[in-house]
Amino acid sequence: MRIRGLIALLGLGLGALAGGAGAVSPLPTGIPVSAPQRLSETGLYAPDGSIDPRNLPYAPQYPLWTDGAAKARWIRLPEGTAIDVSDADAWSFPIGTILWKEFAFGGRKVETRMIWRTEAGTWEFATYVWNQEQSDAILAPADGLPDLVEIAPGRRHSIPGVADCLACHGSSPSPVLGFSAIQLSDDRDPLAPHAEPLRPGMVTLRALVDFQRLDPPRREWADDPPRIRAGDPVARAALGYLSANCGHCHNDRGPLARLGLALRHDDSGAPDAPERAVATAVGARGRYLVPGAGRDGSWLVAPGDPAHSALLYRMESRHPSSQMPPLGTVLVDADAARLVRAWIATLSSGGHGTILSPSR
Amino acid sequence: MPQHSISARRGCAVAATLALTLLPAIAADPGGTASASGAQIARGAYLVKIMACNDCHTPWKVGPRGPEPDMTRALSGHPQDMTLPPAPALGNGPWVWAGAGSNTAYAGPWGVSFAANLTPDRETGLGAWTAETFLTALRSGRHEGQGRPILPPMPYLQYRQATDEDLRAIFAYLQSLPPIRNRVPQPIEPAAAH
Ligand code: HEC
Ligand code: HEC
Ligand code: HEC
Repeated sequence: MRIRGLIALLGLGLGALAGGAGAVSPLPTGIPVSAPQRLSETGLYAPDGSIDPRNLPYAPQYPLWTDGAAKARWIRLPEGTAIDVSDADAWSFPIGTILWKEFAFGGRKVETRMIWRTEAGTWEFATYVWNQEQSDAILAPADGLPDLVEIAPGRRHSIPGVADCLACHGSSPSPVLGFSAIQLSDDRDPLAPHAEPLRPGMVTLRALVDFQRLDPPRREWADDPPRIRAGDPVARAALGYLSANCGHCHNDRGPLARLGLALRHDDSGAPDAPERAVATAVGARGRYLVPGAGRDGSWLVAPGDPAHSALLYRMESRHPSSQMPPLGTVLVDADAARLVRAWIATLSSGGHGTILSPSR
Repeated sequence: MPQHSISARRGCAVAATLALTLLPAIAADPGGTASASGAQIARGAYLVKIMACNDCHTPWKVGPRGPEPDMTRALSGHPQDMTLPPAPALGNGPWVWAGAGSNTAYAGPWGVSFAANLTPDRETGLGAWTAETFLTALRSGRHEGQGRPILPPMPYLQYRQATDEDLRAIFAYLQSLPPIRNRVPQPIEPAAAH
């Protein structure tokens, strides 16, 4: 039995998924209209302080880099509902869906972010800052809390304000960024930087299919799990990283589409279509000039030539006017930069031979 | 194509609303000018005048009665063809920043910033912006509404306090200007950045 086998495999935590889609259910109750003052009032925890079993843990295969923070995530899908995945690339979540994401530095919880879908169909954003005793977390002010905790010598983590949540979560086809087909795929990328191990009870794409929480059912996602379309493992991991860390701003469907740089994996793309990052960045000119390289020596991604690739230059910068992503991080992701550098180095220069001439 | 309409609620709680509505694609009316009324544009022109946008966004020249903004290049930002020597090193003060005579380039601890092209040229100005981009940029202080911090001396901390209505009027006016093609240089990082 497929379902029983799966429960045995992942542990009992997935019991909460078994609600399944089916008959139309009454609107779930208890959806917060505005953010409660304390995290303990949001429904994340059961009365005994453990995670409420209705909230399912998951781990996107390509996590967002937040200066080495350890993260944990949970989703609550209202009982009896399914996610509308008719647009494979822009999942539409049922009213009442809640997601939480916890950030810890050096073993101490610092903040837990929460987004939820209200009865009006809108999404709300809130973040909670953990107290000294680590016993509860308090709603942060709308402008966030800049430079709250030191995470490296002279470098401090800021609690984002609302405008910052929206800078990332408001620019993609779906405001939910890490609960998508590619991110939950059971065909996990062994080279994904900072990948978090799948733990028992974590939801994956196959579990969503098997427990009929997707509408339409998308059997094919269980049989042939989605993956980044790339010719070799390094390219796969690099493109997966860029999709997850940059694609929420740089995509074809949001307000920054006007830049013409699309780094987001398209879950509705044809199996043989090149990743949009390859199509829009490799061998392409951008507006940004690599300092010292001038207009002739700057490319978004110069095939075979990392030093003339603005994309890598900006990933490796933490100067505020150059760094990418422009917010949410104060430390370079050295592992990812190494990976992207290796990917760019392997790209054949094709017709772009001239860019190999040194100009820096 | 589904599009988000975002309205950040200004309350004491960090909570914002992302309404998922089916609006026509952004491209349908990028500047929102089609719907801008004459009165709205006139209001915008008035605000741009009294809020001193020309001081920094129009290059200054020396005219018969001394320095004045070169209105043939109104609001087109730092001239792309103007070459500047490296900014003076000011050390630790008390003088901490310097400005070019055009009043469109400024050097300080942030590096060098250049006043943006506010005319509706699609490639080099605000032609591809929507009114939402403009409001988000001025309220959040983020370049393009979601990028790096907007650099000094752009006074967004003051302008962010304007009403939506006034900001929309300013944007409608800017979008009604003749587009001027002028690619303002990107900011220069301070020397010690790398
Ligand atoms: C720099 C961009 C960025 C900023 C700023 C940001 N997020 Fe996210 N967030 C992401 C990405 C990317 C993911 C998915 C990847 C992951 O979970 O590692 C995510 C995941 C989440 C999740 C899990 C659900 C999901 O969308 O995958 C929650 C909840 C969340 N963020 C809330 C917030 C809130 C609330 C704020 C503001 C206080 C915020 N985020 C600010 C980029 C950002
Ligand atoms: C929060 C939104 C956001 C995120 C996340 C983000 N960017 Fe950007 N990016 C921008 C904005 C806005 C611009 C345009 C303004 C600028 O160049 O600073 C931009 C510009 C760029 C450019 C220059 C494009 C051109 O035409 O020259 C590159 C290259 C780039 N980003 C790479 C990245 C990479 C790589 C990542 C992920 C590691 C990333 N960005 C993540 C917002 C974002
Ligand atoms: C004191 C000088 C000064 C004044 C006055 C000023 N600006 Fe600016 N503005 C700047 C500078 C410098 C920049 C470039 C900043 C940067 O690159 O980050 C800028 C950038 C901008 C931008 C681009 C923001 C972005 O996303 O990068 C806009 C839009 C703008 N100004 C609008 C205005 C408007 C409208 C007014 C009048 C209501 C105005 N400015 C008045 C100096 C000024």
